[in-house]
Amino acid sequence: METTTQEKAAPSIPRLGQPAPAFEAQTTHGTLRLEDFKGSWLILFSHPADFTPVCTTEFVAFAEIAPELKKRGVELCGLSIDSTYSHIAWVRNIEEKFGVKIPFPVIADLNKEVATLYGMIMPGESKTETSRCVFVIDPNGTLRAMIYYPLTTGRNMQEILRLIDALQTTDKNGVATPANWKPGEKVIIPPPATAEAAEERMKAGFETKDWYFSKKSL
Amino acid sequence: MPCIDSSGQINEMARKLLDAFAEGSSLIATADKTGLPLYRVRSGARELAEAGLVEPANETYALTDAGRAAMAKVSGES
Repeated sequence: METTTQEKAAPSIPRLGQPAPAFEAQTTHGTLRLEDFKGSWLILFSHPADFTPVCTTEFVAFAEIAPELKKRGVELCGLSIDSTYSHIAWVRNIEEKFGVKIPFPVIADLNKEVATLYGMIMPGESKTETSRCVFVIDPNGTLRAMIYYPLTTGRNMQEILRLIDALQTTDKNGVATPANWKPGEKVIIPPPATAEAAEERMKAGFETKDWYFSKKSL
Repeated sequence: MPCIDSSGQINEMARKLLDAFAEGSSLIATADKTGLPLYRVRSGARELAEAGLVEPANETYALTDAGRAAMAKVSGES
């Protein structure tokens, strides 16, 4: 069955742990559907507008981390409410002026369909631009994380890489990650769910502060 | 369309995809062989199917007569 952009709905924010909203969109790499990314992690991100300074710094920064993301099986896809021609002109300009080739597709969401599905427009900030949103979608198409930044503030690429590392570590090892965690550091063992398991946890040999708080190295 | 221009000519990416599908490669093997990301293999295959050059077959794509003719034409030109 063909999957295209879901029926128009009232603007809403997608929910973590649920299937990411399906879409079909024109991009700088041709027509793409969300399902085309199945089997890979996807970072779908929006920016307010082409040919603007903060967005340009972000595109350069996303391009710079693209090889690291590729090693982790992650694809990138940008989006703004601009035309394909504007996107093409802008990415060519970035290459010419900044010496950085943009390797990922950029959605031309002129009718705001995808932006509306993903809740990328914050009317309190702008009714005609998407805010700086990041949606992390796993290889099964489930929305796993969201980051929303305002128009004025460029995103932190190291945090995006850290988030991917944390999610993939969680999936691989069935653990959680503490505040400011970085790869190589100790991870959190999920708290026991029963009194018996809590008793066992105290004797399990982990680094345990109390029955609900245990860490271990991977 | 990235794979096919307005005059119906296939480009380099389309030729690579048709080459791989002609050998019976899966979508993942086609991505490996061509160096294209999997999402571009999928979207490119969809374009080729819409142009009648390939058709779905066993979770990958097989060339149609039109696809084989397009390949023969490209081979004849090179």
